Amino acid sequence: MKFTEEHEWLDEDDGIVTVGITAHAAEQLGDIVFVELPDVGDEVTKDDEVVVIESVKAASDILAPIDGEIVEVNEAIVAEPAKVNDDPEGEAWFFKLRPAEPSQMDDYMDEAEYKTFIG
Amino acid sequence: MSELKRTGLYDLHLELGGKIVPFAGWELPVQYPMGVMKEHLHTRAAAGLFDVSHMGQVILRCPPKALEALVPVDVAGLAEGRQRYGLFTDDTGGILDDLMIANRGDHLFLVVNAAMADQDIAHLRAHLGNAVEPVTDRALLALQGPKAASYLAQIAPPVAQMRFMDVAVIPTVHGVLWISRSGYTGEDGFEISVPTANADGFARALLAMEDVAPIGLGARDSLRLEAGLCLYGSDIDSTTTPVEADLNWAIQKSRRTERTDFPGAAVILDQITNGAPRKRVGLLPEGRAPMRAGTNLFASADAADPIGTITSGAFGPSIERPMSMGYLPADLAAPGTTVFGEVRGKRLPATVTPLPFRPATYKR
Repeated sequence: MKFTEEHEWLDEDDGIVTVGITAHAAEQLGDIVFVELPDVGDEVTKDDEVVVIESVKAASDILAPIDGEIVEVNEAIVAEPAKVNDDPEGEAWFFKLRPAEPSQMDDYMDEAEYKTFIG
Repeated sequence: MSELKRTGLYDLHLELGGKIVPFAGWELPVQYPMGVMKEHLHTRAAAGLFDVSHMGQVILRCPPKALEALVPVDVAGLAEGRQRYGLFTDDTGGILDDLMIANRGDHLFLVVNAAMADQDIAHLRAHLGNAVEPVTDRALLALQGPKAASYLAQIAPPVAQMRFMDVAVIPTVHGVLWISRSGYTGEDGFEISVPTANADGFARALLAMEDVAPIGLGARDSLRLEAGLCLYGSDIDSTTTPVEADLNWAIQKSRRTERTDFPGAAVILDQITNGAPRKRVGLLPEGRAPMRAGTNLFASADAADPIGTITSGAFGPSIERPMSMGYLPADLAAPGTTVFGEVRGKRLPATVTPLPFRPATYKR
């Protein structure tokens, strides 16, 4: 598992990377009431705004952490955004992506580094 | 920027895990660990305790009619022991602030918005001089929800007999409480002025009751929006008239026909008779995306120019969908009309809907 400074987690399995937000991010955002996901097949570039989430407080953009193609999105969190608060690092992943450049993952923090980062 | 003020419950907020934010010059909890959504639902299901000590409390020692020079509200006809919603207006008919006015026999008691309190007090003093006494040694709490009356009655038994918008002065072990059966949530409930020295003990006594939870500013906002209530500075301000804001009900008949000597009367009375060019409406966006304050509204999906703006918007936890209030031209303000809000570059439909979004449960 890798972590970004934007509080996303990336989990690589068999060449596909699952992306979500961390428990820390979900807690900071507060109750999430709206999620808009990209379309399957979208080619995204690192730092593209790919997901919009709205909490009771405000709207936030989630950026693509790496280049690649969206191969699956989690429609369950669109239907029930509160899942993102309940299980952000498990069931409430956002999308799966086939990396164009897997080495981009190397830039990100491991879990210990992320824990230090959020203090 | 002057230093942020703290209420008498600041230490309690920290102890309860409140997330403190600056609000209208005060440090107040936006939420507690329960979170905005659950706090909102808890208030509607049981009872929520709010610290609204930031709001301005003012005593006016003048004949009730004297205040009528500043508000288009029937104050002279307000019975002793009763409270009424009011508005300060300016000469152009704009709203300078909204407030509560209570008749307490030998004086009036006002509650005004925190951000406007200094301006309101200066405005009152300019017209009423020494009759104006800001109350600086009292906190203000609100206990709201279907269980509020039974809980507060354990401390102040006479509240059981109060009706919506009644006011009473009740001695208790937590000092003399100034209580009104009113609030800002659409629920039955009370606003309670308590001596600052007693506020912490009073709040703890309420929170010790089984189903009373502390509620932050976040849920306060979604509760009032579901109830269709205006937030001063967002939904109403000096650029909106009471008629545009759909607050005609706050201007009693006696002020329309007889005592028409209030600021902005020419504009306001003309709009009551002939209509205003725009109107505050409720809007229900389709789908789940909230349309927040500042969202531009369009007559169609491809119209070039906006016709109005959202002034408040959030997700409604009880109605389980997003909700907004905003201003539309009078001819597009009828319930059922579809307009389009531009959210992140997309035009999304929203339907004009009667307010409140959720019916109030006041004990009339």
